[in-house]
Amino acid sequence: MKARQRGSQKEIKFHSMAIECLVLGAGQQVGKSCVVVSMNGKRIMFDCGMDMAYHDHRRHPDFSRISEYGDFDKALTCIVITHFHLDHIGALPYFTEVCGYRGPIYMTYPTKALAPSMLEDYRKVMVERRGEEEQFTSEHIVECMKKVIAVDVKQTVQVDKDLMIRAYYAGHVLGAAMFYTKVGDSAIVYTGDYNMTPDRHLGAAQIDRLQLDLLITESTYATTIRDSKYGREAEFLKAVHKCVLGGGKVLIPTFALGRAQELCILLEDYWERMNLKIPIYFSSGLTMQANMYYKMLISWTSQKVKETYSTRNAFDFKHVLNFDRSMISAPGPCVLFATPGWISGGFSLEVFKQWAPSEMNLITLPGYCAAGTIGHKLMSGKPSKIDLDKDTQLDVRCQIHQLSFSPHTDAKGIMDLVKFLSPKHVILVHGEKPKMATLKGRIYSELGIRCDDPANNETVCIPSTHHVEVGASNTFIRSSLNPNFNFSKMSSEDESDSRLKDGKFMPWLQVKDERAAEGILVEEKGKRAKIVHLDEFLLMLGEKKHDIRFAYCFPINTDNLEDTKSTDVSSSSNALSVSGRSSWLPMLYIKLSDELSGGNIQYFGEQIQVESFSVSLCLKDRCPYRIVDSPPNKCEAVFFCCAWSIADEKLAWKIISILENRNYGTL
Amino acid sequence: MYFLDLFCQPGEFKGLPYLQRQIFVLFIFMKFTCLSKGGGFHFPPCHVLNVCGFRILFDCPLDLSALTIFSPVPTGYRAVVDEKDSDCQPYSTLDSDCVTWKRQKIGKPLDANDLICAVPWYKIVKYLHLWNVSFIDVVLISSPMGMLGLPFLTRIKGFSAKIYATEVTARLGQLMMEDLVSMHMEFRQFYGPEGSTFPRWMEEEELDLRPSALREVVLGKDGAELGGWMPLYSAADVKHCLQKVQTLRYAEEVCYNGKLVIKAFSSGLEIGTCNWSINGPKRDIAFISSSIFVPAHAMSFDYHALQGKDIVLYSDLSSLDTMEGIEDGYSFLTTDSFSTLSWEESAQSLLNTSEHLEEREKLYYLCSCAADSLKASGSVLIPINRLGTFIQLLEQISASLESSSLKVPIYVISSVAEELLAYTNVIPEWLCKERQEKLFSGEPLFAHVELIKDNKLHVFPTVHSPKLLINWQEPCIVFCPHWCLRLGPVVHLLHRWSGDPNSLLVLESGHDAQLALLPFQPMEMKVLQCSFLSGIKLPKILPLLNVLQPKITLLPEDLRQKVRFTNVNPFSVFHYSENKTLIIPSLKDSSELEIATDLAFQFQWRNLKHENMNITRLKGELHVAHGKHWLHSGNKPSKSNSSKSRPLLHWGTPDLETLLSILSKMGINASVEQGVGVEGSKKACIVHVHDPKKALIEIGDTGTVISAVDENLASLIFEAMDSILDGI
Repeated sequence: MKARQRGSQKEIKFHSMAIECLVLGAGQQVGKSCVVVSMNGKRIMFDCGMDMAYHDHRRHPDFSRISEYGDFDKALTCIVITHFHLDHIGALPYFTEVCGYRGPIYMTYPTKALAPSMLEDYRKVMVERRGEEEQFTSEHIVECMKKVIAVDVKQTVQVDKDLMIRAYYAGHVLGAAMFYTKVGDSAIVYTGDYNMTPDRHLGAAQIDRLQLDLLITESTYATTIRDSKYGREAEFLKAVHKCVLGGGKVLIPTFALGRAQELCILLEDYWERMNLKIPIYFSSGLTMQANMYYKMLISWTSQKVKETYSTRNAFDFKHVLNFDRSMISAPGPCVLFATPGWISGGFSLEVFKQWAPSEMNLITLPGYCAAGTIGHKLMSGKPSKIDLDKDTQLDVRCQIHQLSFSPHTDAKGIMDLVKFLSPKHVILVHGEKPKMATLKGRIYSELGIRCDDPANNETVCIPSTHHVEVGASNTFIRSSLNPNFNFSKMSSEDESDSRLKDGKFMPWLQVKDERAAEGILVEEKGKRAKIVHLDEFLLMLGEKKHDIRFAYCFPINTDNLEDTKSTDVSSSSNALSVSGRSSWLPMLYIKLSDELSGGNIQYFGEQIQVESFSVSLCLKDRCPYRIVDSPPNKCEAVFFCCAWSIADEKLAWKIISILENRNYGTL
Repeated sequence: MYFLDLFCQPGEFKGLPYLQRQIFVLFIFMKFTCLSKGGGFHFPPCHVLNVCGFRILFDCPLDLSALTIFSPVPTGYRAVVDEKDSDCQPYSTLDSDCVTWKRQKIGKPLDANDLICAVPWYKIVKYLHLWNVSFIDVVLISSPMGMLGLPFLTRIKGFSAKIYATEVTARLGQLMMEDLVSMHMEFRQFYGPEGSTFPRWMEEEELDLRPSALREVVLGKDGAELGGWMPLYSAADVKHCLQKVQTLRYAEEVCYNGKLVIKAFSSGLEIGTCNWSINGPKRDIAFISSSIFVPAHAMSFDYHALQGKDIVLYSDLSSLDTMEGIEDGYSFLTTDSFSTLSWEESAQSLLNTSEHLEEREKLYYLCSCAADSLKASGSVLIPINRLGTFIQLLEQISASLESSSLKVPIYVISSVAEELLAYTNVIPEWLCKERQEKLFSGEPLFAHVELIKDNKLHVFPTVHSPKLLINWQEPCIVFCPHWCLRLGPVVHLLHRWSGDPNSLLVLESGHDAQLALLPFQPMEMKVLQCSFLSGIKLPKILPLLNVLQPKITLLPEDLRQKVRFTNVNPFSVFHYSENKTLIIPSLKDSSELEIATDLAFQFQWRNLKHENMNITRLKGELHVAHGKHWLHSGNKPSKSNSSKSRPLLHWGTPDLETLLSILSKMGINASVEQGVGVEGSKKACIVHVHDPKKALIEIGDTGTVISAVDENLASLIFEAMDSILDGI
């Protein structure tokens, strides 16, 4: 006896693997983005941000959860940074230089170019403002950036043999990218921050339709639907224009990169259109150096901006001049960009002290300021006095304009992206808890996609896709691609009523291409599994086919058949007469057509065929398959011989019972 | 061979319905036809590859060196035009005397009057016009030079191929073509609009009168190249062409028709030039165009990305151009010397920087020659259109001027110069590591940005620009097109300076300088011919292949003698030559196929008795996507769900004894009736069953028939049979 094994001892194994997603930051909050994803044995850290609301250990992601003993090189395959904002990159120098991660780090060219200035700016603010012990030094930043591998948008980067990453344009800030990550058959996208609508200097996020197991998306505006950014930009320009027309000075505190260039493009454009001659200054901290980066990276800006590079690079600001400290108290209107952005010290604070007391002047504030900074105090209500330190108080009489445009996608954009990508699973990060819960519900109810919004330090596990790789013979592939037309006729019973059912005319003949790949998967010891076509299989084995068929020969009482004869057939009593005999089959055909619904019944004159089942008149005196005892009145019975193969076993016995039923019914 | 050529002519499958064509060609061999080996940096090779049923054209260049047979536009400096020889003259004056006079000239050395005075036509790849371009499915453009003939294709009705090029190649190619069109305008203005018919110089009797050297350029050695001549495309054609090009970044993945995954990887020859990786369900192919391992400006040759492909199509023919000099310098290469090299050693030897230093030295030498001329108050004319060389020379010369405190202006004159220079400074992602470091430290990528700002470098669109006339100072250094010395500002400046023995003309070697300078004779001017690295050097070919480790390599026939392989080399080598189709056998008899897990979970494995083999039936839907075959469980439930475990196919010979014993275990009593054939002759045996019910089993050589009174018994007997046979 042979043993049949099922599923065991197979070389092809199907592990049910999962993607593990550990949220170290930006879980149900905005700030310190950091997600560690494990898939198929690879572990990738997406973003390594810092939370500026905290000054203790909470500002960093809890790296100990990655590796208890701090062996990060072994624990992580690589780090991927989406863009140069501090809540996405702020903790990176700390992680690489202080915690000691030495593996590869990937970011786009602009992010690599701009991140050092951003980090250096932040480091200075931290040290100058609070005299804090620094988290990392300037040298740390330099050393950290040396580990960075720059990537281009859409470039397929093979991190190692199995791990592939690819950046997609995300809008948001210069160089912002979403990252597609693939290990084996499992694939995810981590969006970072993105913007689904183009703005004045950046394009909209762009991504291919990918097969994804998981999408990790930001959800800053999880429930907001925003109107066009242009309206808000116009508000800002109007406020600035009004102030300078009135002879006032405008202070725009910003960090060196990003917002400064964006607003400057806005102002340049406006100055040009309105033919204004009032000077726009950059403070010394905000060097033209930053603009140099933007000029070289112009291919990362919006279509409109980059088209003009040859005639005039949009970051060659015509109206912008360098500012000198002596000009602070010079008379006349002007616009000044000064660092740092939150007026937490440095030059912007110096200017602020001078300009704030006059109601002619205007101060613009960014959308976010860290707690404890002057910017933060100005944002909360409209204070008339501000404590600079313990002893000094400052009268604030100037106007304050808060910038309300933000380069994040709104709820519609998130839904559009999720719908477009249709991943098997969604994880929301970088948002506010209640709003995320609402969005999560929408994604599940409207798109039917499972969605999670884990808190910090929580892990979400989701199943991942796998394919089994095998070889396939040419014959198999060819036969699988061959069309396999299936013709089916409406059965006669349906003809009269159902053809016009539902007011629709059903065609007599329906043709369907029932193409199916059918073959045999063969697995030999020491060889790769391979699919072959049925015909090839026996050749491969060198065996001969042994066909097992069924046969059945049975009588039908002619008396009863006579009854069913239609009127045009002569009612001869001689059942074996030629004319009579030839009319039996058509009668069976009519009967079968009546009673067997849906089958593809064909009548070939000598026999009736349904799939592999065939029935014909048996003229032999002694048919070997005439197993059934003959009825007593043998001469009046007509024998029919059937044959079929195993595939149609059920069908065959059903037909036989239909045909025999008539017989038995009359006995 | 004739038969093969015939078989490979375009259109062989177009007659078949689409589906059948797809199926048929999926399994035929891969075919490779070299249409042209090209010639030098400016005229890259051109090939057609048939793979997976798709026809891929590699590059579509122009042979601009052929322009030298035309006379340049006469300028004010040499206003006396030989009216008699001009083509625009009505030809009624041609008499028999004139003909004999011309006949006599055929044997003599060429002089300026032999050149054709007419609006030039342009020569595309010689065998391309023999192909029906509407059958091309994909065009891959590896370099801006490989793009110059593309508008001729895209303006043909019925051309529908998908064209891929890197973003930078497309942009630089566009600029080169626009420049060509604008330089060509000068001819049109001089000769008037072209007629729609063949120009007179192409007529047979006219050609017979031309010197043989010239005739050979027009007709080719075998006389077949006359059809390759075209009147230049228009600016609108160029624009239309660019709209059809799909641009790529390096290592960006595109999937053509589900089957071919195409990627471009940097080749290092120029900024934006690339090699191709083409992955199909059955083959992975690497196409290597002229490549430079350690270039000084462009991103270096990314050969790692081409490792482990099945087939390498080696199309870097640059070593052929410099072969003569090499033969005595280097001994022939065989794999013997390299078989001992480890993979790492091979990889090491590729990256040695000697050629890099050599190139630097050339530039230094060039700079010192230029400085000598300038010191003697001669001017320097550099009609070199290789972007990389041009940019580096700009940097070197300005630096050497600085150090020798020579204050001479540098001019760049070209209709696209301003845009070209601006463009090179906004593409850091496409440059070599050293240049990228400049981005990260916030410096301009190339020195010309500062030079323009400091008024040391002046950029003008034409020699007639009013600004140029105001600014002009001599001596000076001028960079301008075109290297063929027939088009563009160079013609005007050559006429101006050709008589000045202190001035210097820098030419790229590899072209017929004699012919190029013909219209400017007598030349007093110094001429410096310089060759620049244009590809992989001969000694590096084997180490490269050693590193790439393909299974099959296609090399040009001309390299057969130069790169010899021993029998032990791990890959097979095919040699190709122009206009011969190579048929490359399939490597695998099977394709890769990915089975979806849900389908794989439905497998019901059976273990075969004799063979050490597990088998399972499978059924699903086959898809072709992303260069792979995928098998998914179809959305309709399979019909055979009920009898799932029932094998449908049996083989082997049933053993009666075993059958009887199994039947009896099932409670079925049977007896054997030997040797009674149904038809008498055949030896079949019949097993009669009486208990519990009547049944009959007729066992023959090739099959068994089961006949039983009811379904249950029939089914039981089937199971018994199944257990003594192998089945699936």
